[in-house]
Amino acid sequence: MAMFMQQQTDDSSFKKNMLFRGQQDQSSALPSVGFVPAKSPTTHTQYPYVTGSSVLGIKYKDGVLIAADCGGSYGSTLRYKSVERLKAVGKSTVIGASGEISDFQQIMRYLDELTLKDKMWDDGNTLGPKEVHNYLCRVMYNHRNKFDPLWNTLILGGVKNGVKYLGMVSMIGVHFEENHVASGFGNHLARPIFRDEWKEDLSLEEGILLLEKCFRVLLYRDRSAVNKLQVANITAEGITISKPYALRTEWEYKAFQNPTQGVEGSW
Amino acid sequence: MEPWTPDWTKSPHSMGTTIMALQYDGGVILGADSRTSTGAYVANRASDKITCLTDYVYLCRSGSAADSQIISDYVRYFLNQHTIQLGRPATVKTAATLVRELSYQNKSFLEAGLIVGGWDKYDGGSIYAIPLGGTALKLPFATGGSGSSYLYGFLDQAWKEGMSKEEAEALVVKAVSLAMARDSGSGGVVRTVVINEQGVTRNFYAGDKLPLWHEEIPRQNSLLETFTEAEPMRT
Repeated sequence: MAMFMQQQTDDSSFKKNMLFRGQQDQSSALPSVGFVPAKSPTTHTQYPYVTGSSVLGIKYKDGVLIAADCGGSYGSTLRYKSVERLKAVGKSTVIGASGEISDFQQIMRYLDELTLKDKMWDDGNTLGPKEVHNYLCRVMYNHRNKFDPLWNTLILGGVKNGVKYLGMVSMIGVHFEENHVASGFGNHLARPIFRDEWKEDLSLEEGILLLEKCFRVLLYRDRSAVNKLQVANITAEGITISKPYALRTEWEYKAFQNPTQGVEGSW
Repeated sequence: MEPWTPDWTKSPHSMGTTIMALQYDGGVILGADSRTSTGAYVANRASDKITCLTDYVYLCRSGSAADSQIISDYVRYFLNQHTIQLGRPATVKTAATLVRELSYQNKSFLEAGLIVGGWDKYDGGSIYAIPLGGTALKLPFATGGSGSSYLYGFLDQAWKEGMSKEEAEALVVKAVSLAMARDSGSGGVVRTVVINEQGVTRNFYAGDKLPLWHEEIPRQNSLLETFTEAEPMRT
């Protein structure tokens, strides 16, 4: 670090590097005083500000379906309602993110660089979902080890060479593959429904209906859900991400009309 | 034991603030209040929170006054160099990316909610919201600061696509003044900046030029003005 500091004699470019390289180089902010200052364990564990809610994913007969709503919450405020949380990576993978949106935007920058370099190899090989998942696992885990997590849970899905893939990575680097995955509240509300109703070789229609059924439950029971969602479909043919759309919800139950009749004060 | 001092002598300068940007057909309108507070004391009642980054790109600042000022200073400096090297005016997207990069990479040190708005020949009028954490979102309109909490419902109802310049500016002034009415962190005057292909226009709305809202009454110079008119109160 001291050697690095001596090279940077030009003040403006030094400052520029300091600003844009972020927290990792905090120790080099100390002035050079003839000895190398001991690097204190820098802790950067942050907290999330603008967050995305659940992401759901299932394998079906021809590929993988992933769904996420378009909400970006700011604490308890549903601040942004047109945030795209599903993004394509290359031609065979879709990534869905919940958690801090700025960290997801940063992850997309890493992935864009990764896919660009992959293309530049021009060797007839492209990164598939398994490779992207592995890359993200290492990124997330290494950030976690430095107490500087990317505050996201990522759902990865794709099809390559006819093989369907669906997995997830969390902000602490926990990762696994499964036939159905979910993040956030989806784990509590959607996974049980998936465990009951998912089966091998679901048709596209059955898959979408299953995802919508779970999403509706999230709309009823997750306060940070927003009624504007997108569904991504990845098959051997390619990727389609739907335009945002909204679901009808059911409120016309007789039991909802006067629930506290005869028991005033109840809820 | 230390003598008690009010906390506004120690609180960092913070901009309570209401800031807003709105896209209209042809450009953008940026708006803001003018109050800078340290705790409960109003340190500056006539601040200008809409800061120039380039000839055609401006920044609305909220949160810590120091943090938002330093970000705008660095970005203005970088954009200045960039414009010289590029040979063309910088795009709004470039400005927003620089602001976002500083906000994101230094997220554990900074407390700044920013809105970048401007005009360039490729995208016309554009607005980028960059809240705490460094998320960058391109939006048709954006709000920020403590006063923005009071505007979600209002704008959900009042904003519509494809407004004219006059409609858009009127909406910005109305919104910021509504927020100022209820947010103690916002107050003073309403400043607007209109940016389009023709250039930049600054406007200033104060006192009588702002509408009166619920439980607000018309201002007068003194009680004495009323002695000649109304009947005094009787029991």
